[in-house]
Amino acid sequence: MLIDWFTVGAQAINFLILVWLLKRFLYKPILDAIDAREKGIAAERADADAKKAEAQKERDEFQHKNQDFDRQRAALVKTATDEANAERQRLLDEANKETEALRAKRREALRNEQRNLSQAILRWTQNEVFAIARKSLADLATASLEERMCEVFVQRLRGLTGTAKEQLATALQALTRPVPVRSAFDLPAAQRVAIQNAINETFSADIHIQFETVPELISGIELSANGQKVAWSIGEYLGTLEKSAGELLHKEEKADEKPAPKPEAKAEVKSQPTKSATKPDLQGEAQPNPKP
Amino acid sequence: MRLSPDQWIFWQLDAFKLNATIAFTWAIMLVLTVGSILVTRRLSTELKRSRWQNLLEIVVTSIQSQLKDVGLRDPRKYIGFVGTLFLFVGVASLCTVIPGFDTPTGSLSTTAALALCVFVAVPLFGVASQGIWGYLKSYAEPTILMLPFNIISELSRTLALAVRLFGNMMSGAMIIAILLTITPFIFPIFMTALGLLTGMVQAYIFSILAAVYIAAATQNDDTKPVPAAKT
Repeated sequence: MLIDWFTVGAQAINFLILVWLLKRFLYKPILDAIDAREKGIAAERADADAKKAEAQKERDEFQHKNQDFDRQRAALVKTATDEANAERQRLLDEANKETEALRAKRREALRNEQRNLSQAILRWTQNEVFAIARKSLADLATASLEERMCEVFVQRLRGLTGTAKEQLATALQALTRPVPVRSAFDLPAAQRVAIQNAINETFSADIHIQFETVPELISGIELSANGQKVAWSIGEYLGTLEKSAGELLHKEEKADEKPAPKPEAKAEVKSQPTKSATKPDLQGEAQPNPKP
Repeated sequence: MRLSPDQWIFWQLDAFKLNATIAFTWAIMLVLTVGSILVTRRLSTELKRSRWQNLLEIVVTSIQSQLKDVGLRDPRKYIGFVGTLFLFVGVASLCTVIPGFDTPTGSLSTTAALALCVFVAVPLFGVASQGIWGYLKSYAEPTILMLPFNIISELSRTLALAVRLFGNMMSGAMIIAILLTITPFIFPIFMTALGLLTGMVQAYIFSILAAVYIAAATQNDDTKPVPAAKT
């Protein structure tokens, strides 16, 4: 008999004991260790996933901050550019204003210079004309300038005709006080008589006149009554000369203003020296040519 | 010549006797238990671990994955029984290379005991899983006409389990013994190596068949086996 039933029972019991022993000392500890390890690995993976998620979040946050920074930087650059442009415009406007002020100042200075020059020319011309006339009359007629002026005045009085003569006669008659005859110098008695005679003869009346000395007349004689006037004076010629000199200066001023400098260069405009050479050679040009 | 280690008796008192089958079984039990205790007393739960722990983890996880492949959804519940079957039969086969060792699985008493354990365990697991009525109903499926055939099948497969393992183990030992008398020295070595292979194959077959029977007994209609994931 190949089967021993006692052995069968013993082996069955042995096997069941072995099952219990291996469960106790092999399967349970090994499976528990595997579980613990898998749990640890899962925890580490979860931790790694959490860290990865956190890193991703921080990366996103960093990118977001970076974008914000770029936007802020662009905004700051734009603001700075705008401010710089505004400042540039303000400086340009200031420079323009300063240039304009300088130009006005220069124009005013030129005008003053012109005025002074005109007055100087006027004075110079008066003196020159007076000297030339005096010298010419002395040379030609051996008479004094005052005599010659009286002669010319008398000639003008006598030469009055027509409407001018009638208007003056009316004015003289209407005058209740003595008729003023003004001269730049004290007339000698001979000239005063000559003038009185000429007036009486011209207007066929005995007109009472009063001689006055007025230096502003500039070597001349003037008779005036109620707005009517007969006069001769170097002042007339000097007036013409002054006008010519004034026009000349005006032309020069315009010529100076034409090449206006650019706004940026306005601050660098240097004041040009006043052309003193524009002073005309009045000695040659101021030859009076008084008409009789 | 002994056909079975049962006939090698060391001590006997009436019906009680200590034969080679029981003695070598105790030896195998001692080796397995002491080895397990030695390895598992310092288990590491970290990634770094000893090579013996690695070996046992490989063995245990392999058995677990095989049970899952068979269709057992909760392999931990069955690994104690099926895994011990495999380890006992496998270690008994490996020990045939030890001179003087007579493998206990070469005894029909041992294989019959193991088959009887399977024969008892299968309905126990089935009842635990489906309930007694659910388990008994499985014998009358698909029709009541199949009841006798199912009962015959239950008995015959237990007998087949016992005889298959006994035949293979006994024949291997017998062949080696015969060849030693005919052609000593070299040829028996090849046969011993072949015996190791067939012994491991028989251990695998025995435990897998037990697992299949348990899986068939524990399956409900609503818990069809799912293809287990290969690990």
